Amino acid sequence: MLDVERIREDFPILHQQVNGRPLVYLDNAATTQKPRQVIDALVRYYETDNANIHRGIHALAVRATEQYEGVRAKVAAHIGAANPSDVVFTRNTTESINLVARAWGDANLRPGDEVVLSIMEHHSNIIPWQQLAKRTGAVLRYVDITGEGELAIDQLRAIIGPRTKLVTIVHMSNVLGTINPVGDIAEMAHAAGALVLVDGAQSAPHLPIDVRSLGCDFFAFSAHKMLGPTGVGVLWARPGLLESMDPFLGGGEMISIVRPEESTWAEVPHKFEAGTPNIADVIAFGAALDYLGGIGMANVRRHEEHLAGYAIDALRSIEGLKVHGPLDPERRGGAVSFSVPGVHPHDVSTIVDSYGVAIRAGHHCAQLLMRRLQVPATNRASLYIYNREQEIDALVEALHEATRIFARADSRTAVR
Amino acid sequence: MPIPEPQFDDLYRELLLDHMRHPRNRGALENPTHRLDGVNPVCGDEVHIEVAVGDSEVRDIAFSGLGCSISQSSASMLTENVKGKKLQDIARLRDHFQAMLVDGADPAPDLGDLEAFQGVARFPVRVKCAMLPWKVLDEVIEGAAPAPQGDRQ
Repeated sequence: MLDVERIREDFPILHQQVNGRPLVYLDNAATTQKPRQVIDALVRYYETDNANIHRGIHALAVRATEQYEGVRAKVAAHIGAANPSDVVFTRNTTESINLVARAWGDANLRPGDEVVLSIMEHHSNIIPWQQLAKRTGAVLRYVDITGEGELAIDQLRAIIGPRTKLVTIVHMSNVLGTINPVGDIAEMAHAAGALVLVDGAQSAPHLPIDVRSLGCDFFAFSAHKMLGPTGVGVLWARPGLLESMDPFLGGGEMISIVRPEESTWAEVPHKFEAGTPNIADVIAFGAALDYLGGIGMANVRRHEEHLAGYAIDALRSIEGLKVHGPLDPERRGGAVSFSVPGVHPHDVSTIVDSYGVAIRAGHHCAQLLMRRLQVPATNRASLYIYNREQEIDALVEALHEATRIFARADSRTAVR
Repeated sequence: MPIPEPQFDDLYRELLLDHMRHPRNRGALENPTHRLDGVNPVCGDEVHIEVAVGDSEVRDIAFSGLGCSISQSSASMLTENVKGKKLQDIARLRDHFQAMLVDGADPAPDLGDLEAFQGVARFPVRVKCAMLPWKVLDEVIEGAAPAPQGDRQ
């Protein structure tokens, strides 16, 4: 088990009062808080090493470049990738997916080709493919979920066929918490000659990741959901793939030789990192990876599996409350969406916030899934390494208050 | 020092909750002159309004939609408060409602029971919920009155 109290000491932001109560931060699927080590790395870089990378001869430029490239190697190690050069830094998961849609999709999809995705995808893994379909005449095929909120794997097997060029699937749902069997999906897709993109925005922060055993071709995730700064995303591609793709953006840093009419491209991954990158935040992301490495991702997972189970049980003790997605914590992550009977999610969030508890209300960038669940929106509590059982208790107490307020309205109107 | 329990009586006034449970003028009109839709894309709240306007007056009005208690009770109370009123009076009402919510102004006398939304002003992220139905009605109001000056929430 994690020493949560010690971990909490590393997070300055957690030690504050919100609306007169200790902050309970349960919106980690949106973004996580940052430990002192990450904040310090950011400050240290600007105070001692700031320079533009890959170009300068001077000492600062060398130091900045070494640190930046050092984080690329750390990322590769963190996700079990063989080569740092298969890791591209982007702004976020969304940009990573758009990079694939543009640089791979435009060159490889023809009218009638199929992109297979699921209705539990985040909009960031839907819209780029809709845009690609418009540009190329490709067709989107959606896989449904089961009543338990898991991927309808038999339907997926039936949909994948000779026209399938890409299966693009979320590893862990940001709404349902469902962990999808990415390894099995990759086998199915590869048997049909299709590539597989895994949206790892919610899985990379919470699970041990080994891209080689997952068997996928692309893996995309964001730093800010795993203790790192905003503005840094990662795209990993299977060795050889990036080399076969044309650049996404053109400009400085991504060229080899520039001539008036035509130019040649830098080696991967620099071919995909046009312009001055987010050097400081990438370097601070390295501190986040060190921090998670120090804890161990298996320990992160164990902690969250326990806490998710505790949260699901506690939430379901509220009469009529529905938890969306799998109830078995072994089959899901710590993003727990729920509906409180008779109280709209926004009203729930407002009331809960008054108790210092930060949860999310809304469609969670998953409108297709909301429609499938037949809810306008949900509330979502999402956990991380610094969360404790007593914080779940604070949430549940606030939820009881929400139901009391709206039940009061019920009983009063009943006797009108 | 004991932490005071949060108070919601101000935000969720009885009148609001009553309109949420028992919406007035909910449904559709047979012969509307305007069919208006509004969505708050951030939270997904929807308000649809049908109005029959004649002689610069709202003769009849109905709404439908889905969303939080604030947006739906606001729509219900809007219909009660504009039915039978001249468009220019409705425009003034809208401005006074907005001033109370956005600028924190004291409720103007013509607001009547719409004053029940005053507590929403203390919850800035919820102001847009209360304003949504009024923004939907804007299209009809603007047909009769010049657009108000200043920032719009």
